[in-house]
Order: sequence, then C-alpha cells, then structure tokens
Amino acid sequence: MKFVDEFRDPAAARALVKSITELAGTDHFKFMEVCGGHTHTIYRHGIEHLLPEAVELVHGPGCPVCVIPMGRVDDAMWLAEQSGVIFTTFGDMMRVPGSKGNLIEAKARGADVRFVYSPLDALKVALDNPERHVVFFAVGFETTAPSTAVTLVRARALGVRNFSVFCNHVTIVPPIKAILESPDLRLSGFLGPGHVSTVVGLRPYRFVSQVYGKPMVVAGFEPLDILASVHMLLQQIREGRCEIENQYTRVVRPDGNTQALKLMAETFELRPHFEWRGLGFISQSALKVHPDYAEFDAEAKFEMPGIRVADPKACQCGEVLKGVIKPWECKVFGTACTPETPIGTCMVSPEGACAAYYNFGRLHRETAQLLGQRG
Amino acid sequence: MCLGIPGQVVDIVDAEQSLAKVDVNGVRRNISVRLLADDNLQVGDWVLVHVGFAMAKIDEHEAATTLDQVQKMGADYVNEMEAFTSSEIR
Repeated sequence: MKFVDEFRDPAAARALVKSITELAGTDHFKFMEVCGGHTHTIYRHGIEHLLPEAVELVHGPGCPVCVIPMGRVDDAMWLAEQSGVIFTTFGDMMRVPGSKGNLIEAKARGADVRFVYSPLDALKVALDNPERHVVFFAVGFETTAPSTAVTLVRARALGVRNFSVFCNHVTIVPPIKAILESPDLRLSGFLGPGHVSTVVGLRPYRFVSQVYGKPMVVAGFEPLDILASVHMLLQQIREGRCEIENQYTRVVRPDGNTQALKLMAETFELRPHFEWRGLGFISQSALKVHPDYAEFDAEAKFEMPGIRVADPKACQCGEVLKGVIKPWECKVFGTACTPETPIGTCMVSPEGACAAYYNFGRLHRETAQLLGQRG
Repeated sequence: MCLGIPGQVVDIVDAEQSLAKVDVNGVRRNISVRLLADDNLQVGDWVLVHVGFAMAKIDEHEAATTLDQVQKMGADYVNEMEAFTSSEIR
C-alpha cells in the first residue's frame, strides 16, 4: 500500500535502531506520545522492544475515547434509550462501560444504537428517517472535530430538523500542559500527535519548548516515522536544541488546515472546563456546540442526567493515562480487566494503552517476572 | 480513531458539494473534501482520509524526502561502523 509499506521497511528500521542506540548511550530518556494512533503503532509493531533500554516510550492521554468519564457514557446511554431516538456512534465508543453497562448492551435491551464510520453517515440516517431523531456521539480530538463541524454546516444547509450532536470533542493542548505541570513525571520530550497537527499545525505546541523546555517532534504513524522521530528527539537533546520539529512533513503543514479551523470556530465553543478521566477537571479543554448551532446541540434539546460518576476503585486508568504506570502494572490488568470485560477505558478502545498492550504486547522476561512477583 | 489512511482521488463527484471518490487500497468510496477546499484537488492526488473526510493532501515529494532522511539517519551509523570495521590501525 503506497505511503504505508515504504514506511515499514525492516532494514531501514534496524539501521535506525542502531543509530538511536548509539545516540542514546548510557543515559535514560522518557518520551511521551499523546496520540492513540501512536500507542497502537508502537505496540502493534513491537517498537518499544526494538528500542534500547535507554529509551522509554510512555503513553499519555492521547485516546479521546479513553478520557471520557463514565458519567458522560451514562448520558449517551440515556439518549440512546429515549423513545424515537436513533443513537449513532463510532465503533470504539460502543463497548466503553458507563455505570450501567455500555451502548452495545443498551442496544441488546432495545435501544436503536447504530455504528457509523463518519458523522456524514449519521446525517444520512437522519435524512433517511425523518420521523425519528438522530443523535451523533461526537468524540475525538481536533482531528475529528472538523468533520463534525462540516456535518453541522451541512445539516443547516439542508434544513435538517431531526439531527443533533452530543459533543464530547476534546483539545490536545490542555492535557499536554496538565502532564507538564504534573509532579509525577520526568519526561525528556514528546512525540507530537500526527493527525491532530494536520488541523492545528505546529504553533500551538510552542509553549512546550519555550515555557517548559521540552523538545517535541510531530510524528507520523508508521514504524519508520516513530523511530525517525525518536532519533530526531535524541539529536535535539545531544545538540542542546529544544524545538518543535515536524517529522510528518508529508501531511502536516506548519499552519495546519485553515478551512478546518475556520469551520470549527463557527460551529463550536470552548467549554469553561471538562472532566477528563484520570486527569480531573481541565479548563478550556473541550468543545461544545456553538450557540449559533443550538438546534443541533443534543445537550440543549435533551434534559440529560449529567451525573458525575467516579471511576471504580480497582480502576487505575488515570495513572496509565498519565504515563505513571505501565498497563501491566495495573492491579486488574489481564485479570478482571480484559478487552472482553473492560473495567476502564484504557482497555476498551483499541488505541488505549492497555488494549494495545494486551492485543499486541510481547511478553518479555522482565514483564513475566513482574507478573510472577505479583502472583 | 486517529486512524488516517492514504487514498487516491479517482473522481470529483460533486465539486460544489465537495464530494470526491477515493480509492483506498482497492476500495472506492465517496468522501467529503470540504476541508481541502483551498487545495485545488485533482484526480490522481493522494489524500489522508479520516472518518469520511480528506484531512490533508499527501505531498509525494515530502514523502520521498522523509524516506531519504530515514535512510540517512540509519546509514550514518552503519557507514561509520563499516568504516571503523575496515580500519587497520596497528
């Protein structure tokens, strides 16, 4: 597959790893990625096992599915259970547990929950079912928000009256800042989110290097992209530089996507604050439907319970999301919490660190020893 | 969720409604190219596809440059090691 296969060349990867090992030397580096897609690639291709011990990859709050608190999932289920509603959602939200089960279970109990690939598909469901009300569960960072924005504009243009969006879009900068402010972590740098950056460009990350003195390399999603980005980070550190660099130049432009940003400004507003699973309340970190588009705002049209639900005591998703512990260090990883019976969102979404590790992780000796020690 | 896959534009279905047909690894579907309204999209262009939308044009020249850079990053070390191995210092 073009633009994919070439970036998976094993020989190039081996050579890159040798270079990385040489650059890293005997120091220890901790690089955090904040994108579920990166977590997925790293585990799927066993990149953390290719890298030398000196380089540790830490997974941050990059999975927009994983950070949605249980209370919001409960609200989604409530919407799905309203009579006359067709509840449309991306696949990965369907098995995220709220306090009363998940959307698939709601569907089994009779709610009309439908998987859609695109918010435009959800709009089509509304057009095809004028006597029902269609709600779209909008989830995702700035990569996905523009798609919801275009859909809202199109719904308005078509005069659609039976469509609304339950908006749970979140923005990338606030959690990065929260991580940098967190006392638990000592990071050497960041792998920047590749696809979010196609929308927002590089400028929003300037504070990372200028205020917090950490380098960042915006990385693509193939193994060679990730390895090259690690190399670039190490090169920066060795040369005493601290910059925001772009490794994913084939799709990321420094100014991002102006059309996307314009449409987002027209259709969304920043919420004063929003609760992130594991990170607590973060101000200005999430989007709501703009008052100008209130007729498409599910939160304006419906009186949702809006109850805040605390995570189950056993759940350590918060620590995993902040990169404080690794998936296998969670007390319930692989035992009570598995992809089939997830307790927390890190296990549900295929991009969650726990699911990625469970599905693709290669158990090497140290991990086996660790698990053996826990008995 | 962040999954963006490369696809090639095979048809501009409706320029006014910003609809194009792309080929992703042999599968052809319509997507919205509204976000690339400023990019003068042509048949044959490659785009990054995410939830039914083209997010960015894939710059083929940049892709080639990136691959070159990747090769170079690896080659520097390998070349150095080869040179070192060839040394006959006594």
